[in-house]
Amino acid sequence: MNQYQVSPAEKKFIGSHILVAILALAVGSLFGPLQAFEHAGWDFYQYLKPFIKSYYQGLTVHGVLNALVWTTFFIMGFLTFLVIFGLKRQLKNPTLNKVGFWMMVVGVVAAAIPILTNQATVLFTFYPPLKANWAFYVGLTLVVVGSWVEGWGLFMTYAAWRKENPNERTPFVAFASLITAALWQICTLGVAVEILTMLLPLSLGLIDGVDPQLARTYFWFTGHPLVYFWLLPAYISWYAFLPRQASNSKMFSDSLARLAFWIFLVLSTPLGFHHQYVDPGVPPAWKFIHSMLTFGVFFPSMMTAFTVIASLEMGARKSGGKGAFGWIGKLNWSDPSVAAQLLAGILFFFGGMGGLTNASYNVNLVLHNTAFIPGHFHLTVATAVTLSFMGISYWLVPYLTGRKLWQPKWATIQAWVWFVGMIIFSNSMHVLGLLGAPRRVPLGLAPYVPAEWNSRLFQVGLGGAILFVSGAIYLLVMLKTATNKERVESEVIVPVADSLQDVAQTPEWLDRWAPWLYGTLALIVVVYGPQLVDQIANIALTSPGFRVW
Amino acid sequence: MSTQKMHIDRYERNWMIVSAVLLVLFASAVSVAAFGMGIQVPAPEQRVNPNTVATDPNSPWSNPGLREVAPGKYDAYILAHAIPNWEYLPKEISVPVGSTVSFYVTSPDVQHGFKVQNTNANFMVIPGQVSKLTVTFDEPGTYNYICTEYCGSGHGVMYGAITVTP
Repeated sequence: MNQYQVSPAEKKFIGSHILVAILALAVGSLFGPLQAFEHAGWDFYQYLKPFIKSYYQGLTVHGVLNALVWTTFFIMGFLTFLVIFGLKRQLKNPTLNKVGFWMMVVGVVAAAIPILTNQATVLFTFYPPLKANWAFYVGLTLVVVGSWVEGWGLFMTYAAWRKENPNERTPFVAFASLITAALWQICTLGVAVEILTMLLPLSLGLIDGVDPQLARTYFWFTGHPLVYFWLLPAYISWYAFLPRQASNSKMFSDSLARLAFWIFLVLSTPLGFHHQYVDPGVPPAWKFIHSMLTFGVFFPSMMTAFTVIASLEMGARKSGGKGAFGWIGKLNWSDPSVAAQLLAGILFFFGGMGGLTNASYNVNLVLHNTAFIPGHFHLTVATAVTLSFMGISYWLVPYLTGRKLWQPKWATIQAWVWFVGMIIFSNSMHVLGLLGAPRRVPLGLAPYVPAEWNSRLFQVGLGGAILFVSGAIYLLVMLKTATNKERVESEVIVPVADSLQDVAQTPEWLDRWAPWLYGTLALIVVVYGPQLVDQIANIALTSPGFRVW
Repeated sequence: MSTQKMHIDRYERNWMIVSAVLLVLFASAVSVAAFGMGIQVPAPEQRVNPNTVATDPNSPWSNPGLREVAPGKYDAYILAHAIPNWEYLPKEISVPVGSTVSFYVTSPDVQHGFKVQNTNANFMVIPGQVSKLTVTFDEPGTYNYICTEYCGSGHGVMYGAITVTP
């Protein structure tokens, strides 16, 4: 096996991303269970008063560190690895990537200080006119701009590779990573404009008020594609790594996998109004159009489900798997990386169904801002994405550090414990939402909670406790691996699967950027343009900022 | 230029067709509910100045409450505010069973939510905007309206109630 060798310096650089990601996850995950325990009536926040002033401050720490920092750092590290490894080429301008990384680190620190001192208890959506300390907004801006700079480094590397290899198909893992990075560059324009034109000037006292409705429109321009920025790296692993890891198989369809990624690029951004179905300032016609496009973006996820499952089944049947479902037992469940990703995929099926439900325009009247929503996204970002990333780290960290994975059996147990805890937690949150329980509320103390919610609230706490155990095992395995004296025998093989088809047979139009990029921008202009123009033309900067915590 | 054609497996093609049909079905169901049965989401109603909406004597929210506009038809002007103590004004409303109530809700400070339990009334309350939805109450009982968006330390205690009398 002659694999491309990523240089030690680049491994270290990629590893620094993973390190920051896991540190963020460690701190952020301390607070997740505290929210869940509060629901069950076990309020630990009262004992934390000297450090953490409220449930809402804890919720802000949990949301920002887990949903924004853990994901963004892990993803930028993983994408950097995939571009270098896929293109078999060093970064064109490593200094640029380093600058981007350090901007992100400085940004996290700048945002963490006001969060931890209770000056930015605004949750991870920071809707104005809630007004946090300016450092929070500066920090967020640095994280976003830093990730852009890292993205430019990746694009420059691709451009250099393309010059050297004018006629080759872009290797899939690099191809899909570049699309993910491009998606991020486009969609984060929304939140960048929101922060730079409203939130930062407001927090610095340069303007007296903001337009909260327009701010929401900017925010959700970024907020939904953000979901795909989280999800696509997990998809890359499911498409290109999992088949080989789970059943020594190949990727079933190279062309359709590529087509799916292009559809994600085109459709991810112009559907943000499905988060604003019940906003007063957006006309229903536009909400309806965005809801139809949201159904559209479900299509490439269905394609992904087919290709991934077909790839796994092909390999499992070769090694003797029989029956409609019996082959599933032949997958390599004892590999923790496989178990984690398969379990993540199984729960993602339910996450997808809940997502479709949320996206269903008027059905959203029943669900909007209920506990159903965090129930849903704990299946997506907190399981499909997070548990997959944990699974990836079970081979990636040994690969980057040259140290053996500590106790693979414990790593496998960790994945199963997460799976069980999340089923209990998420199911009870979904049911509570359908019963009318709001999100973002310390339900253990809320005065209007009827007795019929109590058994479900207990299950939320129970699920949270199990997830806490799983998170602790994960951190232990990572810590013990990073300090393991036992080294890997030889270079760890990157478990990337070949394509079943000859990649040279993949049509050339699937490897050309310009038409897809223009198409993406055109659709954004058509589907977002009129409302953006209208809302900006009628801007009213009349809402002064408030600190209400 | 290339002449390669994309290879699509037979099963894969069938799966894609089934997926597309499913999605069209879902979209049709939503459309029928929206346009056939009239279950609609909020539309732009009115814009207001959040700094004066609660105090200007010409603003209905300077005197929030229920107005009967026709027999059995009511407009409920509700102010959702975080300052000083996270509450809705009025905190309580009472209507006879069978009444149709249009809720007009706005905020003079931060964003809030407004969800009337066991109905389809659920929307964001955004300073500078007026949110409106209409509900017919066919069953007597108490319907809490609760805040569903984080609005500061008192978010979890912010609620009111509609009593529907027999």
